[in-house]
Amino acid sequence: MVAAGLSVFTAMSFIRSSPPTVDFISGHQPGRPVDLTLQTVGTIGFGVHPSWVSYLTKAPDGNWVHTTLWDLPAHTRINVTILQYDTGSPLRNQYLGGVTGTIGGTMTLNGKTTSLIDSNSGNGVGHTFTIPSLGINVPLYGNPSTAKNLCASAPCTTNSTHNIVKFSFMTPGPGQYPWQCFFPCGLGYLYGTGGPMQTIGYMDGFLEVA
Amino acid sequence: MTDVSGPLPASGTDPSSEDEGAKHHFWRLIAVWVVLSAICDPLFYFLAGPHIPPGTMTSSAGGAQFDFNVLLIIALPVILAIWVYLAYAVFQWRASRGGPEPVAGPFARGHLSVQIAWIGITTVIVLGLFIFGTVQLVVPAGAGGGEGPNPIWTPASHDVLAIQVIGQQWEWTFRYPTFGGFETHTLIIPADTTIAFHVTSLDVIHSFWAYQLGVKADANPGQDNVAYTTTTNQLGTFTVRCSELCGLWHGAMFTTGRIENVSDFVAWAKSSEATLAAATKLLPRFAWTYIPDANGAAGGFYPDNVDKYSNVETYGSQKVVP
Repeated sequence: MVAAGLSVFTAMSFIRSSPPTVDFISGHQPGRPVDLTLQTVGTIGFGVHPSWVSYLTKAPDGNWVHTTLWDLPAHTRINVTILQYDTGSPLRNQYLGGVTGTIGGTMTLNGKTTSLIDSNSGNGVGHTFTIPSLGINVPLYGNPSTAKNLCASAPCTTNSTHNIVKFSFMTPGPGQYPWQCFFPCGLGYLYGTGGPMQTIGYMDGFLEVA
Repeated sequence: MTDVSGPLPASGTDPSSEDEGAKHHFWRLIAVWVVLSAICDPLFYFLAGPHIPPGTMTSSAGGAQFDFNVLLIIALPVILAIWVYLAYAVFQWRASRGGPEPVAGPFARGHLSVQIAWIGITTVIVLGLFIFGTVQLVVPAGAGGGEGPNPIWTPASHDVLAIQVIGQQWEWTFRYPTFGGFETHTLIIPADTTIAFHVTSLDVIHSFWAYQLGVKADANPGQDNVAYTTTTNQLGTFTVRCSELCGLWHGAMFTTGRIENVSDFVAWAKSSEATLAAATKLLPRFAWTYIPDANGAAGGFYPDNVDKYSNVETYGSQKVVP
């Protein structure tokens, strides 16, 4: 009985385990924008899935946290900076090369304003930052696979080859909004749709807007 | 089956008076049931019927609503029969204080007529519904369901607007081949128009379910699953969901759509064709299905089946151009 109970407890603990949530609400002054800094890395390099691709979040204290869950204030401008350290290739659905739902309908890629990336040319697209229910989609331009200083494990530093993507959006009213990457980046899984693409904390997450 | 048409008599009761009592109860129950059914069925049909989902935005939705109403009108007297009998039994045959104890055994006997009537009536109802359901599936040309790449039932009209429905984890997008093949997140369709939804997927199995349109079709990778429906003159919004468990964000895989009048739709389509021209250039050539490139886990999808699906799908002067 004791062994069975421990087994169930262990299994439930594993099932219920969740990445931490980064709180951007505490200390936020109403009317002020929130700065949200993220990075994408081709291989996280630690944890139970060290070979998986992942997003990371920079907490208000400046530390990188392996999570995709954020508490954000409602009706607030979110200034997003994504440090994109991964390589790229054509999107599965090239329609998602377009920037939608951001303020102005644009983003800046390494300082240059754009609203569309052709994932069939250049370095392609590495990932997307997409909140389907808010109509937000931002493609993240890939880094050249031939670069010698690609980041091998997280958290990456700006010494590694990277692209800087910046954009802003407004949070809606309180609610829970799923977000995800639309690039099939689950290498080793059928059509790239498994693994990190199906796991919160890697390429999927929630905006907890309050 | 037991005869439960009368109170369980105490031993020594006259059998002839028992039969008279049973007939009396039977006809009283029948009378109450017929009257209630005659009142409730029309009330339901005319008051609740027009509000039964999925509504009347399309021919297939209207057909589904009619089918639900027919089923409920048949089911209502059955429900009433049970409720009337239950209520009658509770009040008429309840145990009285000081009366004889109810007994079973030899008094609970079979009744051939009741058994024949029961089996006969239920057989007629079930076979009738089978025939009705089959006819309703055939007559409205597939009833809004996906018919695969070679539909058995095609619409009578040749003026059909083709819209490609693309599912991928976890989002729906829509391509309009008669307007240059632009792609969009929102499904806009014209009123009073026959529409051919060409449903496919870029990854796993999804299911396109536009509930208020009465349309539901599996989205399979590499398959062109065609579902027809004809919109009525009812304008408004509807929801598109995925009804096939498809992964982590399956529950969040929904979007909205809108039925507009024809002139507004054409204006929107032409405007979208122009404003999305740059993005459309990046899309693969329009095809009925798409396949992944050799990299498998990454990379774009490319046209698979570019053969013209059907020469009947032209929308006004606009041709379907794969």
